[in-house]
Amino acid sequence: MFPFSFEWIWDVGHMVFMGGLWYALAILGLGMTYCILKSVIDTMQGKGVHH
Amino acid sequence: MKEEGKHKKAKKYGMVINLDECTGCGACMVACMAENNVPFREDESNKLDSIAWMRVYKLTNGKSYPEADICYLPRPCMHCEGDHGHSPCVSVCPATATDYNYETGIVSQIYTRCFGCRYCMAACPYHARYFNWWDPVWPEGSTKYLSPNVSPRMRGVVEKCSFCFHRYQLAMDKAYLEGRTVLEEDEYQTSCTQACPAGAITFGDLNNPEHKVHQLAKPDNKHGGRPGNPNVFRLLERLGTNPKVYYMSSREWVRQAGDNYIDNEDFAKNYRH
Amino acid sequence: MDSALIPEGVTRCSFGKFALGIIIVGGVLLWGVYAMMLIWLKGLNQTNMNDFYGFALWIWADLGVIALGGGAFFIGLLRYIIGKDELKNIINYAVLIGFICYSSALLILAIDVGQPLRSWFIFWHANIHSMLTEVAFCLSCYFAVLTIEYIPLILENRQLNKVPFFHNLAHNMHEVMAIFAATGAFLSFFHQGSLGGTPAVLYGRPFAFREGIFIWPWTFFLFTWSAAAYGPCFTLFVTRLTEKITKKKLVKQNVIDLLAKISGWTMGTYIIAKIIDTWYWATVTAPDMGSNLIDFYSNNPFYGIWILVVEIVICGIVPALILLTPKGRSNPTLLFTAVLLACIGVLLNRWVMVLQVMAVPVMTFENWVMYIPSWQEVATTILPVAYGIILVMISFRYLPIFPQERELNS
Repeated sequence: MFPFSFEWIWDVGHMVFMGGLWYALAILGLGMTYCILKSVIDTMQGKGVHH
Repeated sequence: MKEEGKHKKAKKYGMVINLDECTGCGACMVACMAENNVPFREDESNKLDSIAWMRVYKLTNGKSYPEADICYLPRPCMHCEGDHGHSPCVSVCPATATDYNYETGIVSQIYTRCFGCRYCMAACPYHARYFNWWDPVWPEGSTKYLSPNVSPRMRGVVEKCSFCFHRYQLAMDKAYLEGRTVLEEDEYQTSCTQACPAGAITFGDLNNPEHKVHQLAKPDNKHGGRPGNPNVFRLLERLGTNPKVYYMSSREWVRQAGDNYIDNEDFAKNYRH
Repeated sequence: MDSALIPEGVTRCSFGKFALGIIIVGGVLLWGVYAMMLIWLKGLNQTNMNDFYGFALWIWADLGVIALGGGAFFIGLLRYIIGKDELKNIINYAVLIGFICYSSALLILAIDVGQPLRSWFIFWHANIHSMLTEVAFCLSCYFAVLTIEYIPLILENRQLNKVPFFHNLAHNMHEVMAIFAATGAFLSFFHQGSLGGTPAVLYGRPFAFREGIFIWPWTFFLFTWSAAAYGPCFTLFVTRLTEKITKKKLVKQNVIDLLAKISGWTMGTYIIAKIIDTWYWATVTAPDMGSNLIDFYSNNPFYGIWILVVEIVICGIVPALILLTPKGRSNPTLLFTAVLLACIGVLLNRWVMVLQVMAVPVMTFENWVMYIPSWQEVATTILPVAYGIILVMISFRYLPIFPQERELNS
């Protein structure tokens, strides 16, 4: 999973496979970070308050 | 896997088992269990969940007297190389817990790495892989007889024949101390080979023309290690597993029993060497 | 009692009735949990698996729920990427069903492995050449996607939504949902495919082995395509079942019709591909390995050629034809029969690709080995079903799952 695991090899297979994994994880991580941060800002700006 | 570059110097340890000489006594099985600390249970009658790295099968030609004939077939792990460079089990293990050693051609099993998914067992057509359904229980006092060179396995992992790899390591250590890098044929032998009273098992380096296994099997490395000796065959040759255990028999029905053939195939014509 | 939590404008059964339902299903759940604890504490000797059946009921259940849960990714793809807007009326339920299916699959896997505490090795020491590694990676990532898709639904609960942060979070997550859905579709394509590849790469097992293209056996594509075809059928099946139990119309007929039609087309094309695959395997691949097709279906008490006929004809061609005809789709009984047959068909396909692979002897001097699961295996397989029912009950009661419910029942 990481380059420091002893079975890691810098070959095409690892780059494609692990690249895909980290790419997907990055999208999910960044997407959620964006949503949470934006929601914090929105809340601080007073959005979403029921009247 | 990183050792692929060393192919040229590589050894390829394998076996030739003479089925005409095997009497089915089971000494190989016993020797293997003792040598490799193979766990056993009080009731070993269910062969579907008891462990035997080396298992002796009984084959019959299905004919009645006077043509009835039987054959005993010892089956260790085949240490497949695979026709395309990957053995059936090694390529499927998700956690790299089983590895193909390009230096010796031996398929290893890393017990502490295996997490017990059993995909390798599904992959092995020889049923050479066994799962530890129970934790090993050693009868009182018997732990003193366990081999210190082989780690016992815990519940929930897969194990299999290692061609007594610890013996290879010990032999290599000895050779290293004596300033050698090459082993003599008799320096590394598996316990089943040595235990067989009929001398039916021959073990050695298939790549070394001086070794008896090479002379008996005459493996053709350009064609996936196929045997050149007409009396020698491998189990399930057609699947392309490229195993390193060869069987020898002068009886055609025994050689035919090694593989599957479809109805309209003429074994004698197409598959006799 | 809990009316403040129930979505506005809809009616639900009394709390007592609801609680009784939860208690009854909860009893089954507890039975499953007991079996699960037995297995975790005593080991896999509690099962009837053996050295022939390294893969058994659980792996079938795993493949089964993942195929049935495929509705989530395919409906998500149709809704967010292809733009079939009507499907917004059923996507929430598809997500919930997907979430249940995938969490169940992960739970079953955690019970199935011999050393559950080492499960992380599959990530840490990943062997990228193994289909199972790809399955584990994509499955866990896709479960994260489903969780992300389920969260806004929870936050839309009447009371939770009053909290400004939750309201904003649900809104913002909806805004970028297309990106998550696209990632989910990408991950699903690979893990559904890898599950198809799992048996098909076993070149030591002529019954399972399939040729393919590059590193992917043909079943890689067949499994993905079948999940896309049959997954939505399960969504339709559960939706219809929910409607029957709650005695309410929850989704408009045009939405059901659209999804059924798309399923019909994917199923029809899938079944053609499946027939070609079976034909090629039976006439080329298996004979090359020394086996006749009939060898895989004879001399045993269970696995007859009937299984192939049921899977392909009765649970493949028949439902596809029903779903492809407007009359079939508009007749509730026919539609229900079609989606039910389809669900059975995909489960049967997964059964064959797991259990029959193990049952067929490969060496000439071995025999067929049959397998009957132990009660612990059965209980732990029913456990996710009970958990799923409970989660559906709670979600249906407290979350606005069906946007058309109010309009349809006013």
